[in-house]
Amino acid sequence: MTTTTLSAGGDLRPGRPSLVGDSLTLTRRALAQWRRDPGPLVGALAFDVLILLMFAYLFGGALQVPGGGDYREFLLPGIFAMTMLFGISQTTVAVSADAERGVTDRLRSMPVSRLAPLVGRAAADMLFAVVTLAVMLLAGLAVGWRPHGGPGATLAALGLVLLLRFALAWVGIYLGLVTKGPGAVTAVQTLEFPLGFLSSAFVAPSTMPGWLGAVAQWNPLSATVGATRELFGNPGWGGDSWVAAHHPLLAVLWPVALVAVFLPLSLRRYRALGG
Amino acid sequence: MEHAIITEGLRKRYGDTAALDGFDLRVPPGTVCGLLGPNGAGKTTAVRILATLLRVDAGRAEVAGFDVARQPDQVRYRIGLVGQHPAVDEALTGRQNLVIFGRLFHLGRAQARARAGELLDRFGLVDAGDRPVRTYSGGMRRRLDLAAGMILAPSVLFLDEPTTALDPRGRNEVWEAVRDLVRTGTTVLLTTQYLDEADQLADRICVLDAGRVVAEGTPDALKSRLGGDRIDLVVRDAGDLATAAGRLRRVATAEPDVDPDRRAVSAQVDDRAGALTEVLRALDADGVTVADVTLRRPTLDEVFLRLTGRPASTERTDDTEEVPA
Repeated sequence: MTTTTLSAGGDLRPGRPSLVGDSLTLTRRALAQWRRDPGPLVGALAFDVLILLMFAYLFGGALQVPGGGDYREFLLPGIFAMTMLFGISQTTVAVSADAERGVTDRLRSMPVSRLAPLVGRAAADMLFAVVTLAVMLLAGLAVGWRPHGGPGATLAALGLVLLLRFALAWVGIYLGLVTKGPGAVTAVQTLEFPLGFLSSAFVAPSTMPGWLGAVAQWNPLSATVGATRELFGNPGWGGDSWVAAHHPLLAVLWPVALVAVFLPLSLRRYRALGG
Repeated sequence: MEHAIITEGLRKRYGDTAALDGFDLRVPPGTVCGLLGPNGAGKTTAVRILATLLRVDAGRAEVAGFDVARQPDQVRYRIGLVGQHPAVDEALTGRQNLVIFGRLFHLGRAQARARAGELLDRFGLVDAGDRPVRTYSGGMRRRLDLAAGMILAPSVLFLDEPTTALDPRGRNEVWEAVRDLVRTGTTVLLTTQYLDEADQLADRICVLDAGRVVAEGTPDALKSRLGGDRIDLVVRDAGDLATAAGRLRRVATAEPDVDPDRRAVSAQVDDRAGALTEVLRALDADGVTVADVTLRRPTLDEVFLRLTGRPASTERTDDTEEVPA
Protein backbone atom coordinates (compact mmCIF):
# COMPACT_ATOMS: atom_id res chain seq x y z
CA MET A 1 0.00 0.00 0.00
CA THR A 2 1.44 3.37 -0.96
CA THR A 3 0.86 6.68 0.75
CA THR A 4 -0.48 8.50 -2.32
CA THR A 5 -3.53 10.44 -1.26
CA LEU A 6 -6.73 9.69 -3.06
CA SER A 7 -8.07 12.71 -4.88
CA ALA A 8 -11.32 13.84 -3.31
CA GLY A 9 -13.12 13.53 -6.64
CA GLY A 10 -13.24 17.27 -7.27
CA ASP A 11 -11.21 16.96 -10.46
CA LEU A 12 -13.28 14.05 -11.79
CA ARG A 13 -15.91 15.32 -14.18
CA PRO A 14 -18.34 12.50 -14.94
CA GLY A 15 -20.79 12.94 -17.82
CA ARG A 16 -24.45 11.92 -17.88
CA PRO A 17 -25.86 8.41 -18.42
CA SER A 18 -26.38 7.63 -22.11
CA LEU A 19 -27.98 4.55 -23.64
CA VAL A 20 -25.71 4.49 -26.69
CA GLY A 21 -22.49 5.30 -24.84
CA ASP A 22 -23.12 2.90 -21.95
CA SER A 23 -24.22 0.11 -24.32
CA LEU A 24 -21.05 0.55 -26.40
CA THR A 25 -18.89 0.35 -23.27
CA LEU A 26 -20.62 -2.86 -22.21
CA THR A 27 -20.33 -4.36 -25.72
CA ARG A 28 -16.60 -3.58 -25.63
CA ARG A 29 -16.43 -5.27 -22.24
CA ALA A 30 -17.90 -8.47 -23.72
CA LEU A 31 -15.44 -8.32 -26.63
CA ALA A 32 -12.53 -7.83 -24.20
CA GLN A 33 -13.70 -10.89 -22.24
CA TRP A 34 -13.76 -12.96 -25.44
CA ARG A 35 -10.29 -11.78 -26.46
CA ARG A 36 -8.91 -12.79 -23.06
CA ASP A 37 -10.81 -16.05 -22.92
CA PRO A 38 -11.73 -17.28 -26.41
CA GLY A 39 -12.11 -20.96 -25.38
CA PRO A 40 -15.92 -21.07 -25.01
CA LEU A 41 -16.40 -19.34 -28.38
CA VAL A 42 -14.08 -21.71 -30.21
CA GLY A 43 -15.89 -24.58 -28.49
CA ALA A 44 -19.29 -23.26 -29.59
CA LEU A 45 -18.12 -22.94 -33.21
CA ALA A 46 -16.61 -26.44 -33.16
CA PHE A 47 -19.91 -27.79 -31.80
CA ASP A 48 -21.88 -26.09 -34.59
CA VAL A 49 -19.60 -27.56 -37.25
CA LEU A 50 -19.84 -30.98 -35.60
CA ILE A 51 -23.67 -30.91 -35.77
CA LEU A 52 -23.41 -29.99 -39.44
CA LEU A 53 -21.04 -32.90 -40.14
CA MET A 54 -23.20 -35.33 -38.16
CA PHE A 55 -26.28 -34.53 -40.16
CA ALA A 56 -24.50 -34.20 -43.47
CA TYR A 57 -22.60 -37.51 -43.26
CA LEU A 58 -24.06 -39.65 -40.42
CA PHE A 59 -27.83 -39.21 -40.59
CA GLY A 60 -28.08 -37.50 -43.96
CA GLY A 61 -27.79 -40.74 -45.96
CA ALA A 62 -30.89 -42.11 -44.26
CA LEU A 63 -32.99 -38.97 -44.61
CA GLN A 64 -35.20 -38.21 -47.58
CA VAL A 65 -36.15 -34.79 -48.85
CA PRO A 66 -39.87 -34.94 -49.77
CA GLY A 67 -40.23 -34.27 -53.47
CA GLY A 68 -36.59 -35.18 -54.03
CA GLY A 69 -33.48 -33.04 -53.86
CA ASP A 70 -30.11 -33.20 -52.20
CA TYR A 71 -30.28 -33.55 -48.38
CA ARG A 72 -27.31 -31.26 -47.78
CA GLU A 73 -28.99 -28.53 -49.83
CA PHE A 74 -32.07 -29.05 -47.66
CA LEU A 75 -30.03 -29.24 -44.46
CA LEU A 76 -27.92 -26.06 -44.47
CA PRO A 77 -30.70 -23.47 -44.00
CA GLY A 78 -31.81 -25.62 -41.06
CA ILE A 79 -28.27 -25.65 -39.67
CA PHE A 80 -27.95 -21.87 -39.95
CA ALA A 81 -31.13 -21.36 -37.91
CA MET A 82 -30.13 -24.07 -35.43
CA THR A 83 -26.79 -22.38 -34.67
CA MET A 84 -28.70 -19.17 -33.98
CA LEU A 85 -30.90 -21.13 -31.56
CA PHE A 86 -27.81 -22.49 -29.77
CA GLY A 87 -26.88 -18.84 -29.15
CA ILE A 88 -29.69 -18.56 -26.57
CA SER A 89 -27.72 -20.39 -23.91
CA GLN A 90 -24.61 -18.31 -24.66
CA THR A 91 -26.64 -15.18 -23.92
CA THR A 92 -28.31 -16.74 -20.88
CA VAL A 93 -24.98 -17.90 -19.43
CA ALA A 94 -23.44 -14.43 -19.78
CA VAL A 95 -26.42 -12.62 -18.26
CA SER A 96 -26.82 -15.01 -15.34
CA ALA A 97 -23.05 -15.04 -14.65
CA ASP A 98 -23.09 -11.24 -14.28
CA ALA A 99 -26.02 -11.49 -11.87
CA GLU A 100 -24.37 -14.32 -9.94
CA ARG A 101 -21.08 -12.48 -9.44
CA GLY A 102 -22.69 -9.23 -8.36
CA VAL A 103 -21.66 -7.34 -11.52
CA THR A 104 -25.33 -6.68 -12.29
CA ASP A 105 -25.87 -5.23 -8.80
CA ARG A 106 -22.82 -3.03 -9.19
CA LEU A 107 -24.08 -1.74 -12.56
CA ARG A 108 -27.51 -1.09 -11.06
CA SER A 109 -25.92 0.89 -8.21
CA MET A 110 -24.11 3.03 -10.80
CA PRO A 111 -25.57 5.85 -12.93
CA VAL A 112 -25.72 3.53 -15.96
CA SER A 113 -28.66 3.63 -18.39
CA ARG A 114 -31.05 0.82 -17.31
CA LEU A 115 -31.36 -0.63 -20.82
CA ALA A 116 -27.62 -0.44 -21.60
CA PRO A 117 -26.46 -3.72 -19.99
CA LEU A 118 -29.14 -5.57 -21.99
CA VAL A 119 -28.50 -3.77 -25.28
CA GLY A 120 -24.74 -4.15 -24.79
CA ARG A 121 -25.20 -7.90 -24.32
CA ALA A 122 -27.46 -8.23 -27.38
CA ALA A 123 -25.03 -6.23 -29.53
CA ALA A 124 -22.04 -8.35 -28.49
CA ASP A 125 -23.96 -11.56 -29.15
CA MET A 126 -24.99 -10.26 -32.59
CA LEU A 127 -21.34 -9.66 -33.45
CA PHE A 128 -20.55 -13.25 -32.53
CA ALA A 129 -23.61 -14.42 -34.48
CA VAL A 130 -22.14 -12.79 -37.62
CA VAL A 131 -18.88 -14.68 -37.04
CA THR A 132 -20.81 -17.91 -36.45
CA LEU A 133 -22.83 -17.46 -39.61
CA ALA A 134 -19.69 -16.75 -41.64
CA VAL A 135 -18.04 -19.94 -40.36
CA MET A 136 -21.17 -21.99 -41.08
CA LEU A 137 -21.44 -20.54 -44.60
CA LEU A 138 -17.88 -21.65 -45.32
CA ALA A 139 -18.52 -25.05 -43.76
CA GLY A 140 -21.69 -25.35 -45.85
CA LEU A 141 -19.85 -24.52 -49.06
CA ALA A 142 -17.22 -27.10 -48.08
CA VAL A 143 -19.83 -29.90 -47.83
CA GLY A 144 -21.33 -28.99 -51.17
CA TRP A 145 -24.20 -26.64 -50.26
CA ARG A 146 -24.77 -23.72 -52.66
CA PRO A 147 -27.07 -20.68 -52.65
CA HIS A 148 -28.87 -20.54 -55.98
CA GLY A 149 -30.70 -17.22 -55.63
CA GLY A 150 -29.19 -13.90 -56.64
CA PRO A 151 -26.95 -11.85 -54.33
CA GLY A 152 -29.98 -9.88 -53.15
CA ALA A 153 -31.94 -12.99 -52.19
CA THR A 154 -28.87 -14.49 -50.49
CA LEU A 155 -28.33 -11.33 -48.42
CA ALA A 156 -32.02 -11.25 -47.52
CA ALA A 157 -31.80 -14.86 -46.33
CA LEU A 158 -28.76 -14.08 -44.16
CA GLY A 159 -30.61 -11.05 -42.80
CA LEU A 160 -33.54 -13.27 -41.75
CA VAL A 161 -31.17 -15.66 -39.98
CA LEU A 162 -29.63 -12.77 -38.03
CA LEU A 163 -33.06 -11.33 -37.29
CA LEU A 164 -33.95 -14.66 -35.67
CA ARG A 165 -30.77 -14.49 -33.59
CA PHE A 166 -31.61 -10.96 -32.48
CA ALA A 167 -35.05 -12.10 -31.29
CA LEU A 168 -33.52 -15.11 -29.53
CA ALA A 169 -30.97 -12.82 -27.82
CA TRP A 170 -33.88 -11.14 -25.98
CA VAL A 171 -35.32 -14.52 -25.07
CA GLY A 172 -31.86 -15.46 -23.73
CA ILE A 173 -31.49 -12.20 -21.81
CA TYR A 174 -34.88 -12.69 -20.18
CA LEU A 175 -34.06 -16.28 -19.24
CA GLY A 176 -30.71 -15.15 -17.84
CA LEU A 177 -32.47 -12.58 -15.65
CA VAL A 178 -35.11 -14.96 -14.28
CA THR A 179 -33.03 -18.13 -13.84
CA LYS A 180 -30.68 -18.64 -10.94
CA GLY A 181 -27.65 -20.88 -10.76
CA PRO A 182 -25.91 -23.21 -13.19
CA GLY A 183 -28.73 -25.79 -13.02
CA ALA A 184 -31.17 -23.43 -14.68
CA VAL A 185 -28.66 -22.60 -17.39
CA THR A 186 -28.21 -26.31 -18.07
CA ALA A 187 -32.00 -26.61 -18.38
CA VAL A 188 -31.99 -23.86 -21.03
CA GLN A 189 -29.20 -25.65 -22.91
CA THR A 190 -31.08 -28.95 -22.73
CA LEU A 191 -34.30 -27.41 -24.00
CA GLU A 192 -32.58 -26.03 -27.09
CA PHE A 193 -32.39 -29.50 -28.62
CA PRO A 194 -36.07 -30.49 -28.59
CA LEU A 195 -36.95 -26.92 -29.59
CA GLY A 196 -34.58 -27.09 -32.51
CA PHE A 197 -35.49 -30.61 -33.61
CA LEU A 198 -39.23 -29.92 -33.32
CA SER A 199 -39.06 -27.87 -36.52
CA SER A 200 -38.52 -28.28 -40.22
CA ALA A 201 -34.74 -27.73 -39.79
CA PHE A 202 -33.70 -31.40 -40.23
CA VAL A 203 -36.78 -33.33 -41.34
CA ALA A 204 -40.10 -32.52 -43.00
CA PRO A 205 -42.99 -31.94 -40.55
CA SER A 206 -45.08 -34.07 -42.93
CA THR A 207 -43.17 -37.15 -41.70
CA MET A 208 -44.17 -36.49 -38.05
CA PRO A 209 -47.44 -37.53 -36.32
CA GLY A 210 -50.15 -35.00 -37.27
CA TRP A 211 -50.27 -32.82 -34.12
CA LEU A 212 -46.49 -32.86 -33.71
CA GLY A 213 -46.05 -31.84 -37.33
CA ALA A 214 -48.41 -28.90 -36.77
CA VAL A 215 -46.38 -27.75 -33.75
CA ALA A 216 -43.19 -28.09 -35.77
CA GLN A 217 -44.64 -26.01 -38.60
CA TRP A 218 -45.57 -23.20 -36.23
CA ASN A 219 -42.12 -23.22 -34.60
CA PRO A 220 -40.54 -19.79 -35.29
CA LEU A 221 -37.41 -21.65 -36.37
CA SER A 222 -39.40 -23.35 -39.18
CA ALA A 223 -40.53 -19.98 -40.51
CA THR A 224 -36.93 -18.74 -40.84
CA VAL A 225 -35.76 -22.10 -42.24
CA GLY A 226 -38.59 -22.22 -44.79
CA ALA A 227 -38.09 -18.63 -45.91
CA THR A 228 -34.31 -18.97 -46.26
CA ARG A 229 -34.70 -22.23 -48.25
CA GLU A 230 -36.85 -20.29 -50.70
CA LEU A 231 -34.39 -17.36 -50.85
CA PHE A 232 -31.32 -19.61 -51.25
CA GLY A 233 -33.18 -21.65 -53.90
CA ASN A 234 -32.67 -24.83 -51.83
CA PRO A 235 -35.26 -27.63 -51.78
CA GLY A 236 -38.03 -27.25 -49.20
CA TRP A 237 -40.26 -29.93 -47.67
CA GLY A 238 -43.28 -29.00 -49.77
CA GLY A 239 -46.25 -28.72 -47.48
CA ASP A 240 -49.54 -27.17 -48.49
CA SER A 241 -50.62 -25.64 -45.18
CA TRP A 242 -51.16 -21.90 -44.67
CA VAL A 243 -47.98 -21.73 -42.58
CA ALA A 244 -45.92 -23.42 -45.27
CA ALA A 245 -47.23 -20.94 -47.84
CA HIS A 246 -46.29 -17.89 -45.74
CA HIS A 247 -42.75 -18.62 -44.57
CA PRO A 248 -41.25 -15.21 -45.52
CA LEU A 249 -44.02 -13.30 -43.75
CA LEU A 250 -43.74 -15.44 -40.62
CA ALA A 251 -39.93 -15.26 -40.70
CA VAL A 252 -40.33 -11.51 -40.11
CA LEU A 253 -43.40 -11.55 -37.86
CA TRP A 254 -42.16 -14.19 -35.42
CA PRO A 255 -38.89 -12.42 -34.50
CA VAL A 256 -40.62 -9.04 -34.29
CA ALA A 257 -43.23 -10.54 -31.95
CA LEU A 258 -40.54 -12.19 -29.79
CA VAL A 259 -38.66 -8.89 -29.42
CA ALA A 260 -41.91 -7.04 -28.69
CA VAL A 261 -42.60 -9.45 -25.84
CA PHE A 262 -39.16 -10.21 -24.41
CA LEU A 263 -37.47 -6.80 -24.62
CA PRO A 264 -40.01 -5.05 -22.36
CA LEU A 265 -40.19 -8.12 -20.10
CA SER A 266 -36.39 -8.12 -19.76
CA LEU A 267 -36.24 -4.40 -19.00
CA ARG A 268 -38.99 -4.72 -16.40
CA ARG A 269 -37.24 -7.66 -14.82
CA TYR A 270 -33.89 -5.84 -14.80
CA ARG A 271 -35.36 -2.76 -13.10
CA ALA A 272 -37.05 -4.89 -10.45
CA LEU A 273 -34.17 -7.32 -9.81
CA GLY A 274 -34.05 -8.41 -6.19
CA GLY A 275 -37.64 -7.29 -5.50
CA MET B 1 -24.76 17.96 5.49
CA GLU B 2 -25.32 16.78 9.03
CA HIS B 3 -25.64 13.08 8.21
CA ALA B 4 -24.24 11.13 5.28
CA ILE B 5 -26.91 8.43 5.74
CA ILE B 6 -30.37 8.88 7.21
CA THR B 7 -33.07 6.25 7.36
CA GLU B 8 -36.46 6.73 8.98
CA GLY B 9 -38.82 3.85 9.65
CA LEU B 10 -37.68 1.71 6.70
CA ARG B 11 -39.88 -1.31 6.11
CA LYS B 12 -39.46 -4.08 3.58
CA ARG B 13 -41.36 -7.35 3.48
CA TYR B 14 -40.75 -10.50 1.48
CA GLY B 15 -44.01 -12.40 1.63
CA ASP B 16 -44.68 -13.04 5.31
CA THR B 17 -41.19 -12.11 6.46
CA ALA B 18 -40.28 -8.57 7.46
CA ALA B 19 -36.69 -8.04 6.30
CA LEU B 20 -36.72 -4.51 7.69
CA ASP B 21 -39.26 -3.52 10.30
CA GLY B 22 -38.86 0.12 11.22
CA PHE B 23 -35.14 0.55 10.61
CA ASP B 24 -33.75 3.91 11.81
CA LEU B 25 -30.16 4.97 11.29
CA ARG B 26 -28.12 8.17 11.25
CA VAL B 27 -24.47 8.12 10.20
CA PRO B 28 -22.37 11.30 10.53
CA PRO B 29 -20.08 12.08 7.56
CA GLY B 30 -16.56 10.69 7.66
CA THR B 31 -17.34 7.91 10.12
CA VAL B 32 -17.63 4.13 9.90
CA CYS B 33 -20.90 2.61 11.02
CA GLY B 34 -20.90 -1.14 11.59
CA LEU B 35 -24.19 -2.99 11.06
CA LEU B 36 -23.80 -6.14 13.10
CA GLY B 37 -26.27 -8.99 12.97
CA PRO B 38 -26.79 -12.66 12.15
CA ASN B 39 -27.92 -13.92 8.75
CA GLY B 40 -31.42 -12.72 8.01
CA ALA B 41 -31.25 -9.74 10.38
CA GLY B 42 -31.80 -7.37 7.45
CA LYS B 43 -28.25 -6.05 6.97
CA THR B 44 -28.06 -6.77 3.25
CA THR B 45 -31.61 -5.54 2.65
CA ALA B 46 -30.67 -2.23 4.30
CA VAL B 47 -27.57 -1.85 2.11
CA ARG B 48 -29.49 -2.77 -1.06
CA ILE B 49 -32.11 -0.11 -0.33
CA LEU B 50 -29.49 2.55 0.40
CA ALA B 51 -27.57 1.62 -2.78
CA THR B 52 -30.79 2.18 -4.83
CA LEU B 53 -31.08 -1.52 -5.73
CA LEU B 54 -34.29 -2.17 -3.86
CA ARG B 55 -37.50 -0.24 -3.30
CA VAL B 56 -38.87 0.22 0.21
CA ASP B 57 -42.42 -0.59 1.27
CA ALA B 58 -42.49 2.30 3.75
CA GLY B 59 -40.16 4.85 5.28
CA ARG B 60 -37.56 7.14 3.79
CA ALA B 61 -33.82 7.08 3.20
CA GLU B 62 -31.29 9.75 2.27
CA VAL B 63 -27.74 9.14 1.15
CA ALA B 64 -25.25 11.99 0.66
CA GLY B 65 -28.15 14.44 0.93
CA PHE B 66 -30.37 12.84 -1.75
CA ASP B 67 -33.52 10.75 -1.42
CA VAL B 68 -32.80 7.20 -2.64
CA ALA B 69 -36.30 6.69 -4.05
CA ARG B 70 -36.79 10.08 -5.74
CA GLN B 71 -33.23 10.97 -6.83
CA PRO B 72 -31.57 7.60 -7.45
CA ASP B 73 -29.18 8.89 -10.14
CA GLN B 74 -27.89 11.67 -7.85
CA VAL B 75 -27.27 9.02 -5.20
CA ARG B 76 -25.58 6.68 -7.70
CA TYR B 77 -22.95 9.29 -8.60
CA ARG B 78 -22.07 9.59 -4.89
CA ILE B 79 -21.88 6.01 -3.64
CA GLY B 80 -19.69 2.94 -4.03
CA LEU B 81 -20.96 -0.59 -3.45
CA VAL B 82 -18.75 -3.51 -2.49
CA GLY B 83 -20.81 -6.66 -2.11
CA GLN B 84 -20.24 -10.08 -0.62
CA HIS B 85 -18.48 -11.41 -3.71
CA PRO B 86 -15.99 -9.43 -5.82
CA ALA B 87 -18.06 -8.01 -8.68
CA VAL B 88 -15.23 -7.99 -11.21
CA ASP B 89 -14.49 -9.83 -14.45
CA GLU B 90 -12.24 -12.81 -13.89
CA ALA B 91 -11.02 -12.91 -17.47
CA LEU B 92 -10.05 -9.23 -17.65
CA THR B 93 -7.06 -7.58 -16.02
CA GLY B 94 -7.45 -5.44 -12.93
CA ARG B 95 -6.74 -2.35 -15.03
CA GLN B 96 -9.31 -3.29 -17.71
CA ASN B 97 -11.95 -3.76 -15.01
CA LEU B 98 -11.29 -0.33 -13.53
CA VAL B 99 -11.22 1.43 -16.91
CA ILE B 100 -14.57 -0.13 -17.88
CA PHE B 101 -16.19 0.90 -14.59
CA GLY B 102 -14.68 4.38 -15.00
CA ARG B 103 -16.21 4.64 -18.48
CA LEU B 104 -19.55 3.50 -17.04
CA PHE B 105 -19.31 6.36 -14.53
CA HIS B 106 -18.98 8.48 -17.69
CA LEU B 107 -15.38 9.52 -17.27
CA GLY B 108 -13.63 10.38 -20.52
CA ARG B 109 -11.30 7.73 -21.96
CA ALA B 110 -8.10 9.42 -20.76
CA GLN B 111 -9.53 10.22 -17.35
CA ALA B 112 -10.80 6.65 -16.87
CA ARG B 113 -7.30 5.35 -17.66
CA ALA B 114 -5.62 7.82 -15.34
CA ARG B 115 -8.06 7.01 -12.56
CA ALA B 116 -7.51 3.25 -13.01
CA GLY B 117 -3.76 3.78 -12.64
CA GLU B 118 -4.25 5.93 -9.55
CA LEU B 119 -6.50 3.35 -7.89
CA LEU B 120 -4.20 0.40 -8.69
CA ASP B 121 -1.43 2.36 -7.02
CA ARG B 122 -3.63 3.30 -4.10
CA PHE B 123 -4.68 -0.30 -3.41
CA GLY B 124 -1.25 -1.83 -3.89
CA LEU B 125 -2.12 -3.57 -7.17
CA VAL B 126 0.32 -1.88 -9.56
CA ASP B 127 2.35 -5.04 -10.18
CA ALA B 128 -0.78 -7.16 -10.67
CA GLY B 129 -2.66 -4.51 -12.68
CA ASP B 130 -2.04 -6.08 -16.07
CA ARG B 131 -2.68 -9.66 -15.03
CA PRO B 132 -6.09 -11.33 -15.38
CA VAL B 133 -8.09 -11.17 -12.14
CA ARG B 134 -8.33 -14.96 -12.05
CA THR B 135 -4.66 -15.04 -11.03
CA TYR B 136 -5.35 -12.82 -7.97
CA SER B 137 -5.53 -13.96 -4.35
CA GLY B 138 -8.79 -13.48 -2.43
CA GLY B 139 -7.46 -10.39 -0.69
CA MET B 140 -6.28 -8.87 -4.00
CA ARG B 141 -9.71 -9.44 -5.55
CA ARG B 142 -11.41 -7.68 -2.66
CA ARG B 143 -8.98 -4.78 -2.93
CA LEU B 144 -9.71 -4.50 -6.66
CA ASP B 145 -13.40 -4.62 -5.80
CA LEU B 146 -12.88 -1.79 -3.30
CA ALA B 147 -11.00 0.17 -5.97
CA ALA B 148 -13.94 -0.33 -8.36
CA GLY B 149 -16.24 1.04 -5.68
CA MET B 150 -14.00 4.10 -5.29
CA ILE B 151 -13.83 5.25 -8.93
CA LEU B 152 -15.62 8.57 -8.36
CA ALA B 153 -14.19 8.92 -4.82
CA PRO B 154 -17.74 8.54 -3.52
CA SER B 155 -18.73 10.27 -0.31
CA VAL B 156 -20.48 7.12 0.93
CA LEU B 157 -19.18 3.58 0.56
CA PHE B 158 -21.26 0.47 1.32
CA LEU B 159 -19.32 -2.61 2.35
CA ASP B 160 -21.54 -5.68 2.59
CA GLU B 161 -19.63 -8.35 4.52
CA PRO B 162 -16.38 -7.40 2.79
CA THR B 163 -14.22 -10.13 4.33
CA THR B 164 -16.56 -13.11 3.95
CA ALA B 165 -14.57 -16.17 2.82
CA LEU B 166 -11.20 -14.44 3.21
CA ASP B 167 -8.29 -15.94 5.13
CA PRO B 168 -6.84 -13.88 8.03
CA ARG B 169 -4.22 -12.34 5.77
CA GLY B 170 -6.77 -11.26 3.16
CA ARG B 171 -8.97 -9.92 5.93
CA ASN B 172 -6.13 -7.76 7.25
CA GLU B 173 -5.41 -6.46 3.74
CA VAL B 174 -9.03 -5.38 3.35
CA TRP B 175 -9.18 -3.81 6.82
CA GLU B 176 -6.03 -1.84 6.07
CA ALA B 177 -7.52 -0.58 2.78
CA VAL B 178 -10.78 0.42 4.48
CA ARG B 179 -8.91 2.36 7.21
CA ASP B 180 -7.03 4.22 4.48
CA LEU B 181 -10.29 5.21 2.77
CA VAL B 182 -11.77 6.51 5.98
CA ARG B 183 -8.74 8.72 6.49
CA THR B 184 -9.62 10.50 3.24
CA GLY B 185 -13.07 11.38 4.58
CA THR B 186 -15.27 8.66 3.07
CA THR B 187 -18.32 7.63 5.11
CA VAL B 188 -18.54 3.85 5.35
CA LEU B 189 -21.51 1.64 6.16
CA LEU B 190 -20.14 -1.81 6.91
CA THR B 191 -22.21 -4.94 7.46
CA THR B 192 -20.65 -7.86 9.22
CA GLN B 193 -21.37 -11.00 11.20
CA TYR B 194 -18.09 -10.70 13.05
CA LEU B 195 -17.84 -8.76 16.29
CA ASP B 196 -14.10 -8.32 15.91
CA GLU B 197 -14.48 -6.87 12.41
CA ALA B 198 -16.93 -4.23 13.63
CA ASP B 199 -14.63 -3.65 16.60
CA GLN B 200 -11.60 -3.14 14.30
CA LEU B 201 -13.21 -0.71 11.87
CA ALA B 202 -16.33 0.95 13.21
CA ASP B 203 -16.72 4.22 15.12
CA ARG B 204 -20.21 3.13 16.07
CA ILE B 205 -21.90 -0.26 15.94
CA CYS B 206 -25.59 -0.87 15.35
CA VAL B 207 -26.79 -4.32 16.31
CA LEU B 208 -29.57 -5.41 13.97
CA ASP B 209 -32.10 -8.07 14.83
CA ALA B 210 -35.17 -9.04 12.80
CA GLY B 211 -35.07 -5.84 10.77
CA ARG B 212 -34.51 -3.25 13.47
CA VAL B 213 -31.72 -1.76 15.55
CA VAL B 214 -31.73 -3.36 19.01
CA ALA B 215 -28.60 -1.68 20.38
CA GLU B 216 -26.11 0.88 19.25
CA GLY B 217 -23.02 2.55 20.59
CA THR B 218 -19.27 2.76 20.30
CA PRO B 219 -17.45 -0.59 20.22
CA ASP B 220 -16.06 0.07 23.72
CA ALA B 221 -19.47 0.85 25.15
CA LEU B 222 -20.95 -2.28 23.60
CA LYS B 223 -18.10 -4.47 24.73
CA SER B 224 -18.21 -3.28 28.32
CA ARG B 225 -21.92 -3.95 28.25
CA LEU B 226 -21.40 -7.41 26.83
CA GLY B 227 -18.57 -8.25 29.21
CA GLY B 228 -15.18 -9.31 27.96
CA ASP B 229 -13.91 -12.70 26.91
CA ARG B 230 -15.31 -16.00 28.06
CA ILE B 231 -13.84 -19.06 29.70
CA ASP B 232 -15.39 -22.39 28.72
CA LEU B 233 -14.63 -25.32 31.00
CA VAL B 234 -15.56 -28.98 30.51
CA VAL B 235 -15.09 -31.30 33.53
CA ARG B 236 -14.53 -35.04 33.25
CA ASP B 237 -16.99 -36.04 35.98
CA ALA B 238 -20.50 -34.61 36.06
CA GLY B 239 -20.29 -34.56 39.87
CA ASP B 240 -17.61 -31.86 39.70
CA LEU B 241 -19.80 -29.47 37.75
CA ALA B 242 -21.02 -27.54 40.80
CA THR B 243 -17.49 -27.12 42.12
CA ALA B 244 -16.28 -25.85 38.74
CA ALA B 245 -19.17 -23.40 38.52
CA GLY B 246 -18.33 -22.15 42.02
CA ARG B 247 -14.68 -21.59 41.17
CA LEU B 248 -15.56 -19.85 37.93
CA ARG B 249 -18.10 -17.63 39.68
CA ARG B 250 -15.31 -16.04 41.73
CA VAL B 251 -13.46 -14.68 38.70
CA ALA B 252 -16.48 -14.09 36.46
CA THR B 253 -18.23 -10.78 35.83
CA ALA B 254 -21.63 -12.47 35.54
CA GLU B 255 -23.32 -15.67 36.69
CA PRO B 256 -21.78 -18.67 34.85
CA ASP B 257 -23.91 -20.68 32.41
CA VAL B 258 -23.97 -24.39 33.28
CA ASP B 259 -24.69 -27.03 30.64
CA PRO B 260 -25.07 -30.41 32.43
CA ASP B 261 -25.39 -32.36 29.15
CA ARG B 262 -21.95 -31.31 28.00
CA ARG B 263 -20.57 -31.12 31.60
CA ALA B 264 -19.62 -27.55 30.67
CA VAL B 265 -19.48 -24.23 32.51
CA SER B 266 -19.04 -20.92 30.72
CA ALA B 267 -18.59 -17.40 32.07
CA GLN B 268 -17.42 -13.91 31.14
CA VAL B 269 -14.18 -12.68 32.65
CA ASP B 270 -12.32 -9.37 32.61
CA ASP B 271 -8.75 -10.39 33.31
CA ARG B 272 -8.24 -13.07 30.67
CA ALA B 273 -5.05 -14.91 31.56
CA GLY B 274 -5.24 -14.11 35.29
CA ALA B 275 -8.73 -15.52 35.62
CA LEU B 276 -7.83 -18.62 33.65
CA THR B 277 -4.76 -19.34 35.79
CA GLU B 278 -6.68 -18.80 39.01
CA VAL B 279 -9.54 -21.10 38.05
CA LEU B 280 -7.28 -23.90 36.88
CA ARG B 281 -5.10 -23.71 40.01
CA ALA B 282 -8.16 -23.79 42.25
CA LEU B 283 -9.71 -26.74 40.43
CA ASP B 284 -6.40 -28.60 40.53
CA ALA B 285 -6.28 -28.09 44.30
CA ASP B 286 -9.89 -29.36 44.53
CA GLY B 287 -8.87 -32.48 42.64
CA VAL B 288 -11.26 -31.74 39.76
CA THR B 289 -10.14 -33.10 36.38
CA VAL B 290 -10.68 -30.56 33.60
CA ALA B 291 -11.33 -32.28 30.24
CA ASP B 292 -11.20 -29.14 28.13
CA VAL B 293 -10.69 -25.42 28.57
CA THR B 294 -11.02 -22.49 26.14
CA LEU B 295 -10.55 -18.74 26.40
CA ARG B 296 -12.48 -16.95 23.65
CA ARG B 297 -14.35 -13.84 22.48
CA PRO B 298 -18.13 -13.85 22.89
CA THR B 299 -19.91 -15.18 19.81
CA LEU B 300 -22.58 -13.25 17.98
CA ASP B 301 -25.15 -15.57 19.59
CA GLU B 302 -23.98 -14.58 23.06
CA VAL B 303 -24.04 -10.91 22.10
CA PHE B 304 -27.63 -11.39 21.04
CA LEU B 305 -28.52 -13.33 24.11
CA ARG B 306 -27.10 -10.53 26.22
CA LEU B 307 -28.80 -7.76 24.24
CA THR B 308 -32.15 -9.33 23.57
CA GLY B 309 -32.41 -12.00 26.24
CA ARG B 310 -32.85 -14.73 23.61
CA PRO B 311 -30.88 -16.44 20.85
CA ALA B 312 -30.27 -14.72 17.52
CA SER B 313 -32.81 -16.58 15.41
CA THR B 314 -36.14 -16.33 17.26
CA GLU B 315 -38.73 -13.61 16.83
CA ARG B 316 -38.03 -10.03 17.72
CA THR B 317 -38.75 -7.94 20.78
CA ASP B 318 -39.91 -4.37 20.52
CA ASP B 319 -37.49 -2.54 22.75
CA THR B 320 -34.65 -0.60 21.18
CA GLU B 321 -31.96 0.25 23.64
CA GLU B 322 -29.41 2.99 23.38
CA VAL B 323 -26.04 2.16 24.91
CA PRO B 324 -24.45 5.26 26.42
CA ALA B 325 -21.16 6.07 24.73
